[in-house]
Amino acid sequence: MSLLDRELPGVAMTPDNIRTQKLPLVANLGVALAAVVVSAALVLGLGLGNWVLVIVLSWVLYLVGLLYAAGRVEGRRAARNRAWQSLIYSACLLAILPLASVVWTLVSKGASRLDGNFFGTSMNNIGARDANGGAYHAIIGTLEQVGIAALIAVPLGVLGAIYLVEYGRGKFAGTVRFFVDVMTGIPSIVAGLFILSFWVLIVSPWFNNGQPRFSGFAASLALSVLMLPTIVRSTEEMLRLVPGPLREGAYALGVPQWKTILKIVVPTALPGIVTGVMLAIARAAGETAPVLLVAGGAAAINFDPFTGNQSSLALYVYQQAGDASKYAPARAWTAALTLVAIVLILTIAAKMLARRNSLTR
Amino acid sequence: MAKRIEASNVSSYYGSFKAIDSISMTVEPKTITALIGPSGCGKSTFLRSINRMHEVLPNARIEGRLTIDEQNIYDPDVDVTAVRRLIGMVFQRPNPFPTMSIYENVVAGLKLNGVKKKSLLDDAAEQSLKSANLWNEVKDRLNRPGAGLSGGQQQRLCIARTIAVEPQVVLMDEPCSALDPISTLAIEDLMFKLKDRFTIIIVTHNMQQAARVSDKTGFFSIDKTGDPGRLIEYDDTQKIFSNPTQKKTEDYITGRFG
Ligand SMILES: Nc1ncnc2c1ncn2[C@@H]1O[C@H](COP(=O)(O)OP(=O)(O)O)[C@@H](O)[C@H]1O
Ligand SMILES: [Mg+2]
Repeated sequence: MSLLDRELPGVAMTPDNIRTQKLPLVANLGVALAAVVVSAALVLGLGLGNWVLVIVLSWVLYLVGLLYAAGRVEGRRAARNRAWQSLIYSACLLAILPLASVVWTLVSKGASRLDGNFFGTSMNNIGARDANGGAYHAIIGTLEQVGIAALIAVPLGVLGAIYLVEYGRGKFAGTVRFFVDVMTGIPSIVAGLFILSFWVLIVSPWFNNGQPRFSGFAASLALSVLMLPTIVRSTEEMLRLVPGPLREGAYALGVPQWKTILKIVVPTALPGIVTGVMLAIARAAGETAPVLLVAGGAAAINFDPFTGNQSSLALYVYQQAGDASKYAPARAWTAALTLVAIVLILTIAAKMLARRNSLTR
Repeated sequence: MAKRIEASNVSSYYGSFKAIDSISMTVEPKTITALIGPSGCGKSTFLRSINRMHEVLPNARIEGRLTIDEQNIYDPDVDVTAVRRLIGMVFQRPNPFPTMSIYENVVAGLKLNGVKKKSLLDDAAEQSLKSANLWNEVKDRLNRPGAGLSGGQQQRLCIARTIAVEPQVVLMDEPCSALDPISTLAIEDLMFKLKDRFTIIIVTHNMQQAARVSDKTGFFSIDKTGDPGRLIEYDDTQKIFSNPTQKKTEDYITGRFG
């Protein structure tokens, strides 16, 4: 007799007990129906609440009922399996729920102003009684600011990560890694204040006859400060996942280290690096505070990121949402939808590029 | 073309741990030398010291002299990448570059070292794949990922990749340990073929393989765990397998130890 048999009868399998009864699908559906009926009768009959409570209650009743039925028909082990399975499915559903609801809210509320006027005009000369007015200037601002921020932060971040993984040994690398970790936690308003006091108040007067000046570029700087640690960290993790034998395989062909990194290591890690970069870009595109602090916000179109105030989509949403005009909320929703759409399109495009590069034919 | 390798008193360390102690041996050009011995006795470490792959690991260092045609490869003015171009290496587990196709894998060494002309690369790819007995199996799918091949094919792809850069010495660290008997035979055939052009040093756990393919055999061993590995006996393969001088060697090859 085996140890399992002695200690836990029914756990050890013999050829005779490998078959079990299965709970038929009909029974499963029956339990679900019963759960809904019972909870509807209970909640609505006693006037305890509305349909939300019915759904929650019937979900709980369904799980309990299913576990009971499975326990009777399929045995304890199968019932426990079902319990965990349904818990995981429930958790997954709960996690998706808020996300789906955000998307739904955005689409349903943002659709009303999805028109040519919104994407073709700015808020210049738009008063509280004007139903028109668009986010053209804000879209320009977001694209320019995030684009320049990415141009600064992506090369710096990726090269920094390469340094940390491939060359960085000893104290200096440890210090760099520590400060990158600290930087990850910087609130965006602090990054904005830093650029305000450093760039806007000290450096920009040199270029503007001694007068400090807001600009989209200052916002880019603040955003790149926020993006940098995310990019360094995620790229570092991805580069570390590239197996050592791959590098050694290239070294063994007489390929110098820098070329091995450029042509073997980075391409292998590319899909992961792109994901990290896109996360950083998405975060930067959604920042409001630094743009408000150092680019000032504007109602008119300003193509020049180096001179004068600029707005951005996030800032536009913030301003429209707080505006007294009855037409403003619709603009805010549409701008929010636009922002999400831009980030989504960029992410999808980047992923497709990375995938095409990494040969999955 | 193929070169003579001479190791004298080579000791390799991982940090403060001495993995091999004073290994001395001479490998003649255009021969196959087999290194055998129990696991952990430093065969891989010694092999990796020959093309300076050992120092890739943090804190790894080596003492002693290792020369290839009288040139000490550990001299400070020696370029590591040049040494590695001269002394290629095939690893225990096949490691094709996952982002590259079969064709790109084979010509990777040439391309990354600056060869650009397509016709040259095409020729080299075909020649190397033919030498590696892989051409017939992959000629119709050169653009498919190298990682999609079977284990044995991947290993032959790695061999093709190694010989495409025409090194003078090829080091092989248990190249067949992850392969089935048929692929193993294919690679052994291949070694005989390559012997005309290259000096080959192979680490193997397979005694028959060592006896079949090699001209000379080195037997490594350790006294107990934590001790550095030593070269116990190094001689003609024939002699090692029929009439070894050392008791330890005899015990090992007759299966009484290790
Ligand atoms: N990367 C490493 N770091 C530290 N010790 C190592 C490393 N690789 C191997 N060793 C040690 O060096 C000794 C020799 O290992 P190795 O050369 O791989 O032996 P073999 O190839 O003969 O099995 C072993 O004791 C092993 O634990
Ligand atoms: Mg080994």
